This record gives sequence, C-alpha cells and structure tokens, in this order.
Amino acid sequence: MISLAKRNEITKREAISKKIRRCLKYKHLYLMIIPGVIITFIFNYIPMYGITIGFRNFQPNLGYFEGEWVGLKYLKQFFNDPYCFRLIRNTMLLNLYSIIFGFPAPIIFALLLNEVNFSPLKRFTQSISYLPHFISTVVIVGILMKLFASDGIINQLLDSLGIKQQNFFGNPNWFRPLYVGSKIWQDTGYNAIIYLAALSGIEPHLYESAIIDGANRFKQAIYITIPGIMPTAVVLLILSIGRLLNVGFEKVYLMYSPAIYEKADVISTYVYRRGIQGFDYSYATVIDFFNSVVALVLITIANTVCRKVTEESLW
Amino acid sequence: MKYKKSFGSLLFDWCNTILLIFLTFIFIYPFLYVLSVSISDFHAVTLGQVKFLPVGLQFDAYKAVFKTSPIPMAYYNTIKYAVVATVLTLLLTSMTAYPLTIIDFPGRKFFTIYFTITMFVKGGIIPLFLLIKSLRLLNTIWAIVLPSCLTMWNIILVRTNFKNVSSSLREAAYIDGASDWRILFGIIMPLSKAILVTIALFTVVSQWNNFFAPLLYLSDPQKAPLQLVLRKIIIPDSAAEGTMQGMMNQAKGSVKDQADIIGYREAIKMAAIMISIGPIILVYPFAQKFFVKGVLIGSVKG
Repeated sequence: MISLAKRNEITKREAISKKIRRCLKYKHLYLMIIPGVIITFIFNYIPMYGITIGFRNFQPNLGYFEGEWVGLKYLKQFFNDPYCFRLIRNTMLLNLYSIIFGFPAPIIFALLLNEVNFSPLKRFTQSISYLPHFISTVVIVGILMKLFASDGIINQLLDSLGIKQQNFFGNPNWFRPLYVGSKIWQDTGYNAIIYLAALSGIEPHLYESAIIDGANRFKQAIYITIPGIMPTAVVLLILSIGRLLNVGFEKVYLMYSPAIYEKADVISTYVYRRGIQGFDYSYATVIDFFNSVVALVLITIANTVCRKVTEESLW
Repeated sequence: MKYKKSFGSLLFDWCNTILLIFLTFIFIYPFLYVLSVSISDFHAVTLGQVKFLPVGLQFDAYKAVFKTSPIPMAYYNTIKYAVVATVLTLLLTSMTAYPLTIIDFPGRKFFTIYFTITMFVKGGIIPLFLLIKSLRLLNTIWAIVLPSCLTMWNIILVRTNFKNVSSSLREAAYIDGASDWRILFGIIMPLSKAILVTIALFTVVSQWNNFFAPLLYLSDPQKAPLQLVLRKIIIPDSAAEGTMQGMMNQAKGSVKDQADIIGYREAIKMAAIMISIGPIILVYPFAQKFFVKGVLIGSVKG
C-alpha cells in the first residue's frame, strides 16, 4: 500500500517536472511573447476595466480605479439627454447614406475598368483612383473646404450655370452630401481593388463558352461577371451594415461647426466634446460604451447572417 | 476571346473610355487645383482666375511655409513618430506572432484568445485617455506610439505568413542549435519580407496621417506632428490665427498689392497641403503594389 502511494506520488512529481521541463524548453518563446502580452494588458485590458468609469462617479483628482459606484445613473442620463436621439439618428443616417451611395460605386467602377481593353488606360486610371485613400483626413477636408468655399470653384461653377450660390459649410443640409460625396471620392478606387481581384478570378473559359453560345458583352456581364463578384459584394454589404454605428471621428470633427450640429453631430464627436473637452468623463465613457455594445451586437448579427447566406464570414 | 465587334459594343467601348478618362480627371483634379493655387500669382488667386493650371508663377508661398511656419518642426516630429512606430510594430508583431505559429507551444491557445479578445472588446477613448494621463504619458511620443503598435489584425497577417515558412526549416535550424531568436530574426523574418514591408508601409502612412491621437494626447506645440499643424493652417479656426499671423507678416515683403493678401493666404494654405502630401505622392508609385497586396491579404484572411 505504502509503496503504491509512494509510486503514485513519484509519477505525479515526474509529470509535473515533465511539464515544467516542457515549458522550460519553450522559455525563449515565452520571453518573446511577454512584451506583447504586457503592452496589450496595459493598453487594452486596463481600459476595458476603465469602462467601469461610466458606472462610477469618477473624479479626475482621484485615481484611475477610484470613485463610488452609481450604477446606471449616467446611462439613464444619456437616454434622457435631449441630444440622444439626434446623435443616434445622425450617426446611423450618415452610415446609411454612405452605404446606399457608396456601396455600388466601387462595383460599377470595377466593372467599367474590367471592360477596358486598352490596358495602359486601365492601369493608369486604377493607380490614380486609390491615391485619395492614402491622403489624410485633414488634407481631404482642407481641399473640400477650398473647393466648396463661398468664393470657391464650385460656387463659381454654379454661378456661371445661373444657379444660386450655396453656403456649403454653413448650411446643415449640405453636410451629409458633402460627407458622403467626399467619402465616395476617397474610397471608390481603393474598395474597387477587391472587386477587381474577384473579377480576375473568374475563369476565362466561362466567357469563351458564352461567346460560342452567342452571348454579347452585355449578356456576358449580366450572366458571368456580375454573378462572379456577387459573393464578395454580399459579404461586404452585410459587413458594412454591421458597422452602422461606427462613424470615423476625424472627418466629422474637422468638417462640422456649431451651426450645423443639428445634422452633423455624431456619437463620437459628442463623446469627445463632453469627455475630453468638458471633463464629463463618466458620462462620456458610458455613451461610448453604449455605442460600442450596440455596434458589437450589430456586427455579430451581420456576421451570422453573412455566414448563413454566403458561407463566408469575418470570423 | 476575339470576336467581331458589333456597333453597340464599339459604342460602349468609346463611352466607357471617355467616362473613365473623366473619372480619372475627377480623382486627380483636386490635387491639380491645390498645386496650381499654391504656385500661381497671388493676384490671380485673389481674383479666382485659377481653375485648372497655374496662372503666373511664384514660389513665395512655399518659402513662407518653410521659413515662418512650424511645418519643418512638425515634419521632424512626424518622421520621428513614424519611424519609432514602424520599428516597434514590426518587432512586437513578429515576436508575438512567431510563438503563436508553433503548434506544441504550451499556452498557444490561451495567448491567441488573449489577443483576439482585444479585437472585439475595446475600452473606448475616455478610459484610454485617462489611463495615458495617469501614466504621465501625455505629451510624450509613447502616447502616440504604444497604444497602436500591436494589433490582432497585424498579428493574424504575420502569423499566416510565418506559418507558410515550412516548419521543417525551423526544425532543421533547431537541431543545428539555433535558438528561437536566431530562427525568427535570421530565417523567418527575412523570408517574410513582403508582408513585413506591407505592414511597415501601412504603419508609416497611418502615422503620417495620424490626427486623432495627437489631438488627444499632444497639447505641447513643440511636439505637434504634421497633421495638427496642418489643420491649424488650412482649416479656419479662431485658435489658429496665431499660426497664420506669422506667415502673414512674411507677406509684407512679397506682396505688392494689399488686395493680393487674400490670394497669398490661400496660396500658403495650398502650399502647406502640397508639402504635407508630397512624400506620399512621391512614394506612391513604388509603394502601390504593396498597398494593393495589403488589401488583398486582408480580404483573404478576413
């Protein structure tokens, strides 16, 4: 009996030391991964805990982890905020318009490029088309303001056509068209890359047999080309719907002014104004948190739908 | 795929070609316009005569930007941030991705989940801002560089590429007595140059264009990168008048007519834009194929 117990203990000890030895064998790998683990812990995991700031009465002079718990006080405050509806509406509409007008643009552009037989033109146009994507938001907005200024080139054009000049940056009704339009200008070429790749993946023999069957170019496009890029398009569309609540902060922040808050103020800019500029840290945290929870739910739904429909998904 | 073209087909080709030339013009026009205004005669700019090509020629606006604006310093700051961010990103991403490719590495699953969670759960800007504030990193380069230097997205890209380097190569090197560090830096990273260059380019561009992080974390004008300074010059704002004023004083020498001061002001703004996007446009033709590659691997591994 004793020897059996002893033997058990020995095998146990051996197992543990084997485990340790196995880990020691990989000690360099642990050393390698540790900096990344620490950085991620500090800059990702601590802020995750920092979300609790939205449920505490956080005071800047207290520490990061201090402040008494107040439950859902700030969340309720947000739902009673007179701007609450306006912020959610503006955020969603901006994205909705971006999808409606911005989603077909790269598909059409890729289809047109695909039909070009003269390849230098094709290459040149394509190369130029994704340049705007790499230009900073500050520059884009700066150029936009110059072109659409009250004495800018667009207003000169309107004037010569006999149309009344517009105050593009002071009139709230112009904000969405300007935002969406410049976004399309900026992203069409870049987003077309993925469709062009899908197009080049279509097997040439499909076209060959279609030609033999007497299909003209239009019919080829309808029956071969478009179905060929459909899966890509569906995935991208569903995913962009999942991002309905994510609006880039920078562009809105640079474009808007108090005069057009009515149409232009979105959740992220409000969070910035209340939190960073207004020191209302708890309140701003909870709004941002609410936004990212809804966004996460949306993207998860989108991903699930996407997997069901196309058998492809983000994760 | 040769076949006799019908009239309709030819007509379409012509329309399509014209349309694409027109679209190319649309893509390029804003840049052309900015360039033209920046080098045109101030008088012509004031009168709004510049439409496409420059009217007259001057480089005083560029001189003013270089001499009297904070742009040269901002250039230096941006380059510093971009270099440090790129080195850190490449180093940390590779060092994190490599252990995750080794199948019998104990804890591989745990670490993968640990990094993946950060893709879905984010603290948001206020908690991160307050953290950086309490770590006393405000107004330091680390506030710009550290929070964004390791992303799961990059880890996935690099990990996929490292996996493609055959594991027998690693084992052979291991038997020959090479340590994991030697294997990573001496064998695997050189063999994955393409993906590392792609990530480096994207990091450089995103640092070059970075506006949000500096806006949050850098209030010291001495530390301001290009985009912050640029914003003060080109986007009208009450706080920006000081920056503009210095350059306007310079104007007294180079502007003869007081009415031309408006044109001078506009030319300066456009010159500042050209100076800030210059490097991107210059590098663009060479970097293009890597940019395209970045999108495509992104989509495959989506």
